Amino acid sequence: MNYKMRTVNTSVVKKDAMALVTGKPVYTDDLAPGDCLIVKVLRSPHAHALIKEIHKEKAERVPGIACILTYKDVPQKRFTMAGQSYPEPSPYDRLILDQRMRFVGDAAAIVAGETEDAVDHALRLLKVEYEVLEPVLDFKQAKDHSVLIHPEEDWLSLCPVGADNKRNLCAAGREEHGNVDEVLKQCDYVVEQVYHTKANQQAMMETFRAYSYLDAYGRLNMVASTQVTFHVRRILAHALDIPKSRIRVIKPRIGGGFGAKQTVVAEVYPAIVTMKTGKPAKMIYSRYESQIASSPRHEMEVHVRVGADKNGILQAIDVYTLSNTGAYGEHGPTTVGLSGHKTIPLYRTAKAFRFAYDVVYTNCMSSGAYRGYGATQGIFAVESAVNELAEKIGMDSVKLRELNMVKEGDIMPAYYGETLNSCALDRCMARAKEMIRWDEKYPRVDMGNGKVRGVGVAMSMQGSGISGLDVASVELRLNDDGFYTLMIGASDMGTGCDTTLAQVAADCLECDLDEIVVHGTDTDVSPYDSGSYASSTMYLTGMAVVKASEEMREKILKKGAQYLNCPEDSLEFDGKRVYQPSGELEISLKDIGNKVMCFNEDMLTAGACHTSPVSPPPFMVGMAEVEVDKETGEVELLDYVAVVDCGTTINPNLARIQTEGGIAQGIGMAMYEEITYSSKGQMLQNSLMQYKLPTRQDVGNIRVEFESSYEPTGPFGAKSIGEIVINTPSPAIADAVANAVGVRVRELPVTAEKVYWGMNR
Amino acid sequence: MIRFKNYVKAENLEEAFALNQKKSSVIGGGMMWLKVQSRVKMTLVDLSGLGLDGIEEKEDEFSIGAMCTLRQLETHEGLNACFNGVFKECTRSIVGVQFRNGATVGGSIFGRFGFSDIITCLLALDTYVELYKGGLVPLEEFCRMKSNRDILVRIHIKKDGRRAVYASQRMSKTDFPVIACCAAQKAGKLYVSVGARPAKAELVVLEENQNCLKEELAKRASERFTYGTNMRGSGAYRKNLAEIYIKRLLEALDQEER
Amino acid sequence: MEIEFTLNGKMTYEEIADDTTLFHLLRRKGCYSVKCGCETENCGLCTVLVNGKSRLSCSFLAARANGCEVVTLEGVEKEAKLFGSYLAAEGAEQCGFCSPGLIMNVLAMEREEILDDEGIKEYLAGNLCRCSGYMGQLRAIKKYLSRGEKRDEL
Repeated sequence: MNYKMRTVNTSVVKKDAMALVTGKPVYTDDLAPGDCLIVKVLRSPHAHALIKEIHKEKAERVPGIACILTYKDVPQKRFTMAGQSYPEPSPYDRLILDQRMRFVGDAAAIVAGETEDAVDHALRLLKVEYEVLEPVLDFKQAKDHSVLIHPEEDWLSLCPVGADNKRNLCAAGREEHGNVDEVLKQCDYVVEQVYHTKANQQAMMETFRAYSYLDAYGRLNMVASTQVTFHVRRILAHALDIPKSRIRVIKPRIGGGFGAKQTVVAEVYPAIVTMKTGKPAKMIYSRYESQIASSPRHEMEVHVRVGADKNGILQAIDVYTLSNTGAYGEHGPTTVGLSGHKTIPLYRTAKAFRFAYDVVYTNCMSSGAYRGYGATQGIFAVESAVNELAEKIGMDSVKLRELNMVKEGDIMPAYYGETLNSCALDRCMARAKEMIRWDEKYPRVDMGNGKVRGVGVAMSMQGSGISGLDVASVELRLNDDGFYTLMIGASDMGTGCDTTLAQVAADCLECDLDEIVVHGTDTDVSPYDSGSYASSTMYLTGMAVVKASEEMREKILKKGAQYLNCPEDSLEFDGKRVYQPSGELEISLKDIGNKVMCFNEDMLTAGACHTSPVSPPPFMVGMAEVEVDKETGEVELLDYVAVVDCGTTINPNLARIQTEGGIAQGIGMAMYEEITYSSKGQMLQNSLMQYKLPTRQDVGNIRVEFESSYEPTGPFGAKSIGEIVINTPSPAIADAVANAVGVRVRELPVTAEKVYWGMNR
Repeated sequence: MIRFKNYVKAENLEEAFALNQKKSSVIGGGMMWLKVQSRVKMTLVDLSGLGLDGIEEKEDEFSIGAMCTLRQLETHEGLNACFNGVFKECTRSIVGVQFRNGATVGGSIFGRFGFSDIITCLLALDTYVELYKGGLVPLEEFCRMKSNRDILVRIHIKKDGRRAVYASQRMSKTDFPVIACCAAQKAGKLYVSVGARPAKAELVVLEENQNCLKEELAKRASERFTYGTNMRGSGAYRKNLAEIYIKRLLEALDQEER
Repeated sequence: MEIEFTLNGKMTYEEIADDTTLFHLLRRKGCYSVKCGCETENCGLCTVLVNGKSRLSCSFLAARANGCEVVTLEGVEKEAKLFGSYLAAEGAEQCGFCSPGLIMNVLAMEREEILDDEGIKEYLAGNLCRCSGYMGQLRAIKKYLSRGEKRDEL
């Protein structure tokens, strides 16, 4: 049934807005009981080492210490911390505490005490004897290295992802369509280059944190700043070796995630302390810990070959990705796929393509999920290669894309053979061109004062949920007086899905937004949802809301018919009442809601579960204008325009903010953020003093518009927007710099010094 | 976490000095770096009760108390009018307004940090540091001195008609500088200081030569400093940057004159 | 040691450890709006007003608050709701974790000087936000600062 858009496609204010702007105590640390044990972790100073002995007697005697745990005190069943549907593709290579330390910052011991002072004192008194081993720090040397990061016999890979711990391989694979080598040989123009993206931190403002306690039933309750409540429940059950039925996970307001909290980073530590001591326990990660021992974007080296004929029609694309998963395999096997699957399909003309990859273990911090999830790294590489191809051909890089970009109606062999039912990429490109005045500015304008301006372009796609896998469920309840409760399993991490899902419900149920009370997420109460990642919330959970609303309408109609004592097919429901269109009889929703509390056998609840065999891509074009100082190489970002096709915008303001926010993060990746290690494996950018998040002075002017297609399989025609928004800045900015001064930066970030040496080689 | 044992708000300089002679004492100025210095047995000697937070403009000098904040320096009309706005220029990129409302002139100078925009700027001016026991010391000499347990009370900047301009390059707008340069001109002499080399600022004095191209002057000046490599840049790049910025500052001074 | 200061308009006496920070003291006293996002004074989340100036409570000793007027978001609920409604109208309060620190600094800025766009960005540069991309915040701030102005004067 088609419902009118009343709140959908309007910029309603978020339901939790006023609480957030008046600083109400709604976050994890605000809710934790005052008597929680404080939990901290002793971290390895070595990138690779074995613990020979831990002397904890002195530390245990510190007044107020409740327990000190070492590798001898934890279950010996390996698990993964990756928040993914079970069975997880990520290898089971973790223990809560292991004897082998695999990166600087790896957990060597857990200390819990009544005060932070006591815990810090105990940490200082702990003595650990390490046997220091040779670390593998260069991911280009890791495959088949003589030093293994996971030599253990009980390392486990549940899914066939090409993992082999004896080769330091977390995943490997290869796909081909046509004969890429032959086709490239025939091409008039070929670009073959290597692009290098670094690990980046999500750096959400609220660091990782969780607290746990035993409830009245002796069950472990965990309140966590997480995106994946149901996965946390399962992972804790595996890690602690207890049944899932003994665990409950609750998500309060959280201060940002961006994928960081799709890995169970902090939760296991307070959990095991509560299990051992019976007491509530809390762990708040410092920013330092969130920088050195978290779940950053995978460092990737992407080899690209693209070839075109003399008319600029792409013939073949060949992508090989080497991905650095760090000390543990979380999200290693899954992120790498997007570097090929969300890049190659952008071009409809390529007759042949190949995508191969290796994901390797190293003794660096374990990587995880970060917005874009592999697509971001692949887009930097492929879009840069296409821009270099345009340069080689002598063709405008926008024109090259206009000739080759995927179109609505196409079948995409490089994208699981899916048919593209909604695509406004061409309109996005045309509008972006207008917004930045591409034709006037391409490729460069010399300002005559020692500075030169250049423009650059990149386009991107992503997915909407994981096809054939992600599951989203919701439940709706009608209450007395006729208001609804919407129970969701998806996690609002500030994005506003609590509000946007309510918008969908309100329009399907034809009621006011205030009549929908949203509840999420509590694993004892909420219906199952894979979690807020993979850009699945609106596309999947939103569709579940539509389905549940339809079921609810049927039930209301049926109940109304019973109360009015007339046949169902003579009645209609308009959101406020059940009535006879051709008669007098009617009963208000309010009355139905109140009447069913007496002498009633029909629950007015509805539930729906949604999954999708397809993952319709959103599309986006980004264009950057930079000004480069010809003497110093300094790059100033002046203007960034973006046009997005996410299908229908359920809430235009929130869609705009998602885009502006994602672009700002992308600008950080392009120009300011970097993770590097010392020769001993210490992460150097271990604070916000060294790891430079863009400030409001660093992002230029960001301008966003939407060109909406209509996705028939999405709620009200919506696709997704959460991840795609971070992908275009790196290639667009690198392209703008190349057009300005002829220096092509292929290793992020783009810095003044790199541009300087490029100009002064 | 800030950790120390005792907090003492000094009631006079003699008390502050006496307390500071103990190895376990630390002077609390702006306290922005306290977390790095924190030691469990430490005594923190707070100078905020000593009335050292004023900027006094006299006929021949500015007298700036050690507890003046960087924000006060940034917004002081008299200072900026006298020195072409360099004080706004050399402070505006430091972290943020809240940070500058806490960080003090004394703390910035006593630390003799390599990245200090403030020292780079002050070196090009006629600046003196007033130490409690050590008396008046020219800033250049103070920078070369080893850190001791004296207390920095005030700085004095002579109003000698010097015109000054400041420039820095940063990887992001409020990051530490990759290079910091200040140039001042007076009576045929050019005072050029370069900081964040990454080592702390040093001063070079040149004769102003009308016949010499600015590029040549800048090259000569930049060659008098040494440069090193760190996370933010290579020594070679810094050297080239110094040359470029000194040239630009000399050109700006020229323009000012006209 | 004992200190005495005004917190959100109320005279307050507290027993503190010598090394207690204003941040910890404020949260202990129920001012949960004050957040901590880093250990290096870079994020601005812990911004409060001390004697009318915006300060980083994470590096402000509680001992120094003696005799001062301290204001947190809890003490300016009316202004917070007003400016907050402009933020909300843009959709710009996302996770909300940076909002209290930002709002306190905007209030300080409003009292201190009138600035253009670049000046506003510079004043607020010490307030990081990872969610919104800053554009929506600037739109809200400009609308808030020009509230009450007649349209034809704009």
